[in-house]
Order: sequence, then C-alpha cells, then structure tokens
Amino acid sequence: METLLSVRKLRVNFRLDKQTTFEAVKGISVDIPRNATVALVGESGSGKSVTSLSILGLLPKENATILPGSEILYGGRNLVALDALELRKLRGADISMIFQEPMTSLNPVFTVGFQLGEVLRLHMGLSPGGARKRAVALLEEVGIPDPKFKINAYPSQLSGGQQQRVMIAMAIACEPKLLIADEPTTALDVTIQKQILELIAELQRRHQMSVLFITHDLAVVGEIADYVVVMRNGEIREQGPAKAVFENPQDAYTQALLQCRPRLDRRPMRLPVIEDFMNGGGRAMNLTERSRGVAASDPIILDVRHLGKNFYSRDGLFGQRKFEAVKNVSFKLPKGKTLGLVGESGSGKTTVGLTLMRLHEASSGEALFEGRDILSMTPREFMGYKRRIQIIFQNPYASLNPRMIVGQILTEPMLIHGIGASAQERTDLAFEMLDKVGLPEVSFYKYPHEFSGGQRQRIAIARCLALKPDILICDESVSALDVSVQAQVLNLLQDLQDEFHLSYIFISHDLAVVKYISDQVMVMNQGEIIEIADSDEIYRHPREPYTRKLLSAIPRGWHRGR
Amino acid sequence: MPFDRPQHAVSPGLWALAWRRLRSDRVAMVSLAIVLFFIGQMILSATGLIAKDWSREVGVNYAPPSFLGPDEAAPAAPGATGVPEPSASDKPTEIPEIKDPLADALAAIRGQGGAAKPAAPEEGKTVDPLADIMAEIKSEEKAAAPAEQRRATLPFGADKWGRDVLKKVIKGSETSIFVGLAAAVVATFLGTLFGAVAGYYGKWLDDFFNWFYSVFTAIPYLLLILAVAAVLQQKGTMTIVLILGLTGWTGTFRLIRGEYLKHKGREYVQAADAIGASNARRMFVHIFPNVSHIVLVQLSIYTVAFIKSEVILSFLGFGVPVDVVSWGSMLNEAQNELILGKWWQLAAAGTYMAVLVTAFSLFTDALRDALDPKLK
Repeated sequence: METLLSVRKLRVNFRLDKQTTFEAVKGISVDIPRNATVALVGESGSGKSVTSLSILGLLPKENATILPGSEILYGGRNLVALDALELRKLRGADISMIFQEPMTSLNPVFTVGFQLGEVLRLHMGLSPGGARKRAVALLEEVGIPDPKFKINAYPSQLSGGQQQRVMIAMAIACEPKLLIADEPTTALDVTIQKQILELIAELQRRHQMSVLFITHDLAVVGEIADYVVVMRNGEIREQGPAKAVFENPQDAYTQALLQCRPRLDRRPMRLPVIEDFMNGGGRAMNLTERSRGVAASDPIILDVRHLGKNFYSRDGLFGQRKFEAVKNVSFKLPKGKTLGLVGESGSGKTTVGLTLMRLHEASSGEALFEGRDILSMTPREFMGYKRRIQIIFQNPYASLNPRMIVGQILTEPMLIHGIGASAQERTDLAFEMLDKVGLPEVSFYKYPHEFSGGQRQRIAIARCLALKPDILICDESVSALDVSVQAQVLNLLQDLQDEFHLSYIFISHDLAVVKYISDQVMVMNQGEIIEIADSDEIYRHPREPYTRKLLSAIPRGWHRGR
Repeated sequence: MPFDRPQHAVSPGLWALAWRRLRSDRVAMVSLAIVLFFIGQMILSATGLIAKDWSREVGVNYAPPSFLGPDEAAPAAPGATGVPEPSASDKPTEIPEIKDPLADALAAIRGQGGAAKPAAPEEGKTVDPLADIMAEIKSEEKAAAPAEQRRATLPFGADKWGRDVLKKVIKGSETSIFVGLAAAVVATFLGTLFGAVAGYYGKWLDDFFNWFYSVFTAIPYLLLILAVAAVLQQKGTMTIVLILGLTGWTGTFRLIRGEYLKHKGREYVQAADAIGASNARRMFVHIFPNVSHIVLVQLSIYTVAFIKSEVILSFLGFGVPVDVVSWGSMLNEAQNELILGKWWQLAAAGTYMAVLVTAFSLFTDALRDALDPKLK
C-alpha cells in the first residue's frame, strides 16, 4: 500500500497561560495510504482535531507549537517546516478540509457560486466564465438539485445538508489528493448524515482520493472507514484495518468505546462505562436485558391534549406570518416511565418540552397534571407545580450560571420553593444530592467551569432533583456528551428512575439512545405526531413510512460484508 | 445528616482569576500604581494634609520654575519684591508699560484707580473689624518665615498671583478626579439600569428606552451639556457631576441592553426560570454577575472620558466656580499666560492630566483583557 501522507512523532503543545503548557498530541505516528479512508476516532480532548489542523498548518499561532522532531511528510516534503506561502499553495489544491459546522463555514454575504468560483479562480486559474461552468458541474456532482439555479443562492437559502454539500464541493473543487473531514456530519440530522456519508464515500471512490475522517462516533466510522485510528488524551490507543479493530479490538479503551454506545439490538440493565474496561476484568457485566413498555394499567401522571404552539413573525408593515411549531399534539405520560420523543431538527420536539414547562406559552390545548390543566393556571398557581416538573437542558456548558458555585446552584431552587427550613438544612440537602449524582463533596465549593461536560450535566440533574420533581424533561440532555460520559449519565438517569419513580420525557435526535432509555417512543415531524408506540414495537415494526426512513438512517456501525 | 464536611476553600472565581491575570501584566500593575498614587494624592489633598495652602501667594508673579532660575525681569517688576504686604495683589502697576494709543485714557483711569486703591489699606487698617486677626496672621507668618519675601522661583513656577503651580495642580486633581469618578458612577449606574430593564423585558419598555436613547444621542453633545447646565442654573462641582452623568449613560445603555438581550435567552437563565426564579432575581442575581465585568470596564472608560470632559467644560467656562481650582480652570488661565511665554501652568496641568489619563486608559485595557470571559 502506497503511503500518501505520513505523520511521524507529532507532538503539539498548547500554552494555557504564561507558565503552564498542555501537550495536546503526544508523539503520534499515522500513515494515510493512497485511495483509502482513514478514520481518526476519539472523544473530546483526544487530540484528533489538533492532529488534522497541524497537517494543514492551521493551528492557532499564538498558543500552539509543534514541537521539534515532529514530521508530517507529504510528497517528500516535511509540512511542518514549510513556510506559510508554500503551505497555502498546498491547502485547497492538494489537501483540503471540510468542517463540522457548514452554517458558519460559508460566508453569508456571498453567493454559493461566488465562493465556489473563488476557489477555482485562485487555485486553478480559471476565468470567471469557466469557473462558473465548473461550479455548476461541481454542485451537480455533490447532489444539489437544480444547480444552475442554486449557484446564485446565498448560504442562508440552503438547508444544512445542502450547505454541507456545498462545502464538500468547495473541498473537492481542485481535485485534492487528501480530503480531511472534521466531524462533517455531527451537526446534521440522521437522515442527512446518511446522505453525506454516502456522498463522501462515493466521491472518494470516484476521485481516488484519500480521506481522513475525524469523528467521535464509532458507528459512523464502521460504515465508511478502511483504517481506524483510536486516540485518547493525545495518544494512539489502537490502529489498524477496520475489520481488525471492530471485530477483534485489542485495546481496552477501544473495547469500551464499542460497548458504551447503546445498541439497537440489546438493552442491558446498565450500560457499560469506560471504567469497567480500563480497570481490567470488565468483561463480567450484567447482561440481563431490561424489559420496557407501557401497560394499560399504568397510572397516568401527565395527559397532554391537542397541544399547539404558534410563533409569529412580522410580515410587511402590519402583517403577521404564523408558523405552527407544534400542531395538535396529544399523548399520555405514565408514572415512572419514559416517553422518548424523536424527530429531526425543526420537528417541534424541543418546543413541546418548553411549552409543558411554560417556558413558552402554549397557543392551544391543555396539559392535565393530576387532573388540573397546568397551561391555563395563573403564574402564582403554577408556582406550586413548577417544582414538580423540571427540565435538563442540552448543553451543560450553558445551563449552569458560570458565576455561581455549585452549592449556590443547588440551594437556590430550594430557597425559592421554601424547601428546607434553614440554610444549614438546605446545605445538607445539597450534599445529599451531590452524593446521589456521584460527585464528591468538594464540588459544593467549586465553579461550573472546573467540571467536565458529564460532571456538569450531573450538577444540572442534581439541581432538578433538589426540587423532588415528578416529571423530568430531558431536552437532548446527553447529546452534547462524549460516548463514554453519555453512558454514565444514562445510567444515572435510569438509577434515579428506579429509585424515585420519576417520569421522563426524553427528547433526542439520537434514535439508539432513545431506544435504550424509553418505554414508549413518539416520533414527530414538522410539529405533528407521526407515530406513538412501545419502543420495542416501533423499532421492530415501524408503521409509518417516515419512521421507517428515520430508522433506516441510523448508522449501523461495522457489519460483516458491508 | 452524617456528612462530615471538609472545610474546603471556595475555588477562585472569575474575579480572583482576573486579578491573577492582571497581576502578571506589568503594564497594568505600573498603571495601577500610578492611578492609586493619584487617588491617594487626591485623598490627602481632600483631607487637607497636603496642598492646603495652595492659594497662598508665595512666589513673585509668574515666578519661573526653579530649574530655569529666577526671571531676570523679575526684580524690575514693580511690587514684586520688597513689598511687605502680600495681600495687596491687584496692583494696577502690573499692566506693562507699552506704547498704547489709548494711553491717555488709561492714564486717567489708572489715576483714579491709583488714587483710590493705595488709600484703602491705610484707612482700612483703622476700621477693619478683621484687623486683629490679620495682624495675628501676619505676625505668625513673620515668625515662621522671618524673611517673608516672595520667592523668585518655585519648584514648578507660580501663576499670575504667585501661587505655587505644583500645589495648585495637586489641589486641582482633587476636583478633576472626583468629578471623573462620581460622574462615571452616575452614568454607568443609569446606563446599566436602563439597559438591563430594556434588554430583559423587551417589548414596549425596550421601545421606550430606545426612543429615549435615540433622542438623547441625536442632540449634539456640547449642546446637550449646555442645555443641562442651563437647567441646573448653578456652578459647582456637583453640577458638573450631574451634567456629565445625565448625558453620558448612553454608551453603557447600548452595551448592557445588548448583553441582557443575549443572556436572557441563555439556557442558564431559562433554567433559573424553570426552578421558579422571579424576574428581578434572574435580572440581578443571575444575569448581572455575568455582565458585571463590562460594567466595570465601562466605569473606568467613563472615568477617563469625564476627567477630560471636566477639563473641556472648565476650559469653556461652564465648569467649576472661580474659587475652586481644577485642571480645566488651570488650562483656562494658561491660555492667557502662554501669550506672555509663561508656559509652566499649562505644562503642569497638562502633564498631570496626560499621565493620569494614559495610566488609567492602559489600566482599563488590561482590565478588559483580564476580565475577558473566556471561561474554561
């Protein structure tokens, strides 16, 4: 196998402040063969993106240094030693890159055609007319419908998937030999993700390029990679052909990554976590299956009837345009069970959650909580119920006030709702909550920024628990977390449900996670309910075509003879 | 509950971290030292420990700075030396003899003045009710400085009446810095309050404050200041504080309003709503600490701007009353002196202001860097 680019003993240091530095990449060596897809897999902080940025020389100059002794060999030259001008010639022409967020990677004030044409004019020296013709061809190649018309569109006029296709078109415009894809599908819905993955695989074959595919999701890797490199904390844990890594992983961490992710075909009592593997002997896991489902006799705690939510935007001078985010949604939430709410972005699933919390005002419908409609209550009346229905947000980095210590965060809701007679009692309760979510007591005195994402989500859960709610709405609560941390938080949520008989409304775009945690699954599309059924039932025998389409888009991971 | 709580120190928060960053910034620390020196000087002079006797006429008129040596023309200047009565400062003879087309008329006027004035102290001595006190003061002065003579040079020169420029500039800093700080507090407070209310509640309150803001900023700045000055109808330090404070809040308003708009949609504020926190609690307990660094930076930017504004106002004659000295009033006097080549008052006030403003600005810059909310 001929090698296209090889990284040798790459070490990258980041300067944190004047004294301390952090070694993000600790001497890794990777070979990228010609005409193959190499997947670089790792969780956040593993150094995978730093590695890809150092290939292109795009590391921030102010605080990142590639240490001497590092080599990135391409075409007989060491890219680390090249000057800025020569690197720029390589970028885009020989090596190009697509980023995670297509929405922010395209310049919003120029048309798609202009931005594509710019690449062609600069690198290929095409005339404006020639560049335009080539741009239309490129857009057609990446599967944009009606490219002659879309070339004059601004990025905001395209959907997220189409924007990512445009980014890919720009990346392959100069027939690069190496395409670096940094989490290109993470920000996209599953159905779009599947299309983009297929597109990248097809382009790779057709243009015989090499692809360096960076992702945190092993399931995605299994679909397209020829070689897999698993990274953790700046080191390579394991690398080899995809078949070997997936079927016979040698490293404990790789094994853990493969096992932590909830699977569609199994549902253990608890998900395995990294520690089970890293401390060795993690094989003896409880593999008893948990049975899920809702029986007709289950008591109902929340009965939502014909819920609707409209948003209005100004149209013209006096007009208003109505947007129906949620239309006529009705469901029942049984006590002590989990209702999974799935759908693509814009399906209205988050709006349902926020409306039930009265963070948005409902436009129509009612939500009966123990027989009383919480949506029509006065704010004063609702105050008593507010305590009993709580929400955990998606982003644990944003949902905690950065200026409060954890102790303040935990005692504040108790203070507001008069839980605990004295400050001392509330403090004791807060310590109890920290213990419940598995955080050490010293956490009480720390600020949120001192915790990792998973720990912060635990703090957010502890804050809700402090109010002893009956219903917990989890709005994409594990979506922003790493695979291994996701497993821990899901286990925690499950333990709490077992202990306190909480009812969950679990909102997520991740169908595997929803399958694992839910008793009942509700599929939404464009504000409407498509299908509600027991989770095993819906995954085994989806009735509606939309559900089937959604389920077929789930990355299956590695499977023999793909 | 059987929790044995470890006595753990609270982790360093944003302010502690910012202070740590600030401390490693050499420019910031030097600027801070200068600013603190000025503030200390201001406090000392306000409590009367230094520059208390700034208005005493200790030198000859326009006594040059010591490093220049005495003015050769000084002995010739009538009434400069050897005059036993320092209080008689407004000598008509101060007017230099030049060939003036109006010389005759002037001579006539001077003749009247000259006739009236010298007589006054002679007669006054017998009837003046303060004569005893005056005598006492004079004798004290003589005891303290037996050779009570107006000095030919002073460390940094003297003004028109022979007052020590150095003491004057220290006394002046008292007014200028106080006006700067107090007006900045007023303006930042107003801007923050309006901005928070407008940004947080939105809707008609936001519209109202935006209209108010637009109207305010549409009026030319100096015109607005003059309008407020005309309404307040009196000269004084507090008047200037009010003028600057009431007209200067607009910048902070815009910034804080934007911050509140941004923050009220943040998840941590929604989370506070979810746990039942009231509007006021969300506004001031949750959001305010997250924008307080901006308020602090605004405060220091305003202080610099208002110190300069006070100087400009006093220079234009809308500033402090005549019996109060400020850097602005000194610069105002200096414009006449400069024609005579007496540059030291201008230099002293100008240097003092430049040093403080530069140090304060550099410190503000460093503060902004240190408080940059790049939360880990």
